[in-house]
Amino acid sequence: MTASILQSPARPVSRRRRLNRSSPAGYVPLILSAAVIVIPLLWMAIGSLKTSDEVVTQRLVLVPSHPSFAAYQTASELVDFPRLFLNSFIVTFVGSLVKIVLAITSAYGLVFVRFPFKRIIFLGILVALMVPSQAALLPNYTFIASLGGVNTYWGIILPGLGTAFGTFLLRQHFLTLPPELLEAAEVDGAGHFTRLTRIVVPVSRPTIATVALVTIVTEWNDYIWPLVITNSQQMMTLPVGLTLLHNTESDPSLYPVMMAGAVLVVLPVLIVFAVLQRQIVAGLTQGAVK
Amino acid sequence: MEATLPESGAVSGAPPRTRVARRTRSRSARDAWVFVACVAPNVALIIAFIYRPLISNIYYSTLNWSLGDRYATRVGFGNYVQFFTGSDAGTILGTTAIFTIATVGGSMIIGLALSLVLNQRLIGRGFARATVFAPYVLSGVGIGLVWTFIFDPTTGALSDILRGLGLSAPNWFGNPHLTLLMVIIVYVWKNLGYCAVIYLAALQAVPVDVLEAASIDGAGAWNRFWRVTLPLISPTTFFLLLTTILSSLQAFDLLYIISPQGYGTNTLMFATYYQAFQASQAGYSAAISTILFAILLIMTVIQMVLIERRVHYR
Repeated sequence: MTASILQSPARPVSRRRRLNRSSPAGYVPLILSAAVIVIPLLWMAIGSLKTSDEVVTQRLVLVPSHPSFAAYQTASELVDFPRLFLNSFIVTFVGSLVKIVLAITSAYGLVFVRFPFKRIIFLGILVALMVPSQAALLPNYTFIASLGGVNTYWGIILPGLGTAFGTFLLRQHFLTLPPELLEAAEVDGAGHFTRLTRIVVPVSRPTIATVALVTIVTEWNDYIWPLVITNSQQMMTLPVGLTLLHNTESDPSLYPVMMAGAVLVVLPVLIVFAVLQRQIVAGLTQGAVK
Repeated sequence: MEATLPESGAVSGAPPRTRVARRTRSRSARDAWVFVACVAPNVALIIAFIYRPLISNIYYSTLNWSLGDRYATRVGFGNYVQFFTGSDAGTILGTTAIFTIATVGGSMIIGLALSLVLNQRLIGRGFARATVFAPYVLSGVGIGLVWTFIFDPTTGALSDILRGLGLSAPNWFGNPHLTLLMVIIVYVWKNLGYCAVIYLAALQAVPVDVLEAASIDGAGAWNRFWRVTLPLISPTTFFLLLTTILSSLQAFDLLYIISPQGYGTNTLMFATYYQAFQASQAGYSAAISTILFAILLIMTVIQMVLIERRVHYR
């Protein structure tokens, strides 16, 4: 026993003391706050399984008596959900892929390639991180519209492709890589392309994954730009198409249908978040400006 | 390494020196091309879609023009005069101020309280941390729809509960102040997890020995929090204050889903969208977004100055 006391360093003891101090009463706010977040999300899922009758009553129906996917079917009849899903998928996939590649190459150039004015260029990218993209709505609309980009995939994707966030995060990471790693490759005669694809990218995989996740989630949820640049149902993304459901019908019996739509837009992100929450939280709280 | 090469060349004679110099020059020329290929596409996109619009907006704001029209008339500062002398300045700026102050204050105070809860060594706090953060990454449209459903005055769950308690259910959508309150509640609900997680990281960086020293000196939990913890995490408070102000000023999707006509929720950001794309007053919209941008710029400058000072302190 004396040996164990001697061996255990001071820190764990103080930790144990702190542990004892947190009483079981601490669980009340913990459970309460988790419940405040979970219940509305659960309510969305439950609502989507209800029938119109169970929603229209002024009585609180906690569990639907005959849970069914009827609302999902009705939703698909009102708006073309497979098509909206496909549009969202294409926009998110292509947009994120290009953004990540641009972020990697820009960060590589800024860190590992000799060039004058590098600092000024980086500063220009950094300041862009702080410029509100929302205030650019109207000029970007007139520009893309004049190029014929209304109701096209490229029109939805193009204005968002410049990436200050990813460049910034990856540059900060590349700066921490040991220079010897690349010097050795340079001596061996490896060109920039080989150094980038064989060394820098493989050793930076976790940071790239973080940037990728944040980019994908942001693209999927993006709303105001796809809203203004599309007006044909065929080209809308999922969040924009859902608005259609909401705006055209203000009939309360349609709530299950709206909840079904909400589940479809929220669920993919929720699943990804459940699996990879550590990286997503880290990415979003690091580049905390956007 | 670069500097030593020509020198060693100079020692062994003139010809190698020029050869090395030529090689270095051609390599730096190649490097320049590599740099341009790597960085130019991104920079071009940023200039075209982030910087250029700022200037275009200022130009558009001097026009009387509606979207899709081929011709516009110049009105100089007319749009700004219209904004500041009409009723819009009061309602839009007032709504923006109330929405921003309430959402920033709400999510920061509740976020801080939540981070204190999450900082205790309790079973399941990792799960609670993830849960609380989740709404921040979810689509504002999906979140807006659920809360519209919950707040519905006749069929919503909240109304059912209030009636069950013998209270009357307010018509959240019928009164502009209640609509704004509802949007604020939903926005805080969606964003407080972000503040909580950032505060949690700050709390975990507070050195335990400082707290223990305060405890030995007889400071109770209340005093330790106000006199030790809160001052130590003040840089995080500054950071959160400015980042959440910036995002609250740009909030759109929740507002638009819950109140599509901007009834009670007509903020600068909402008005920017609404005037251009619903009310056919593009020039006026550009003036409003220029005002919004000016406010955001001031906020960003304050943030940069404060961060600068913080860095110098260390």
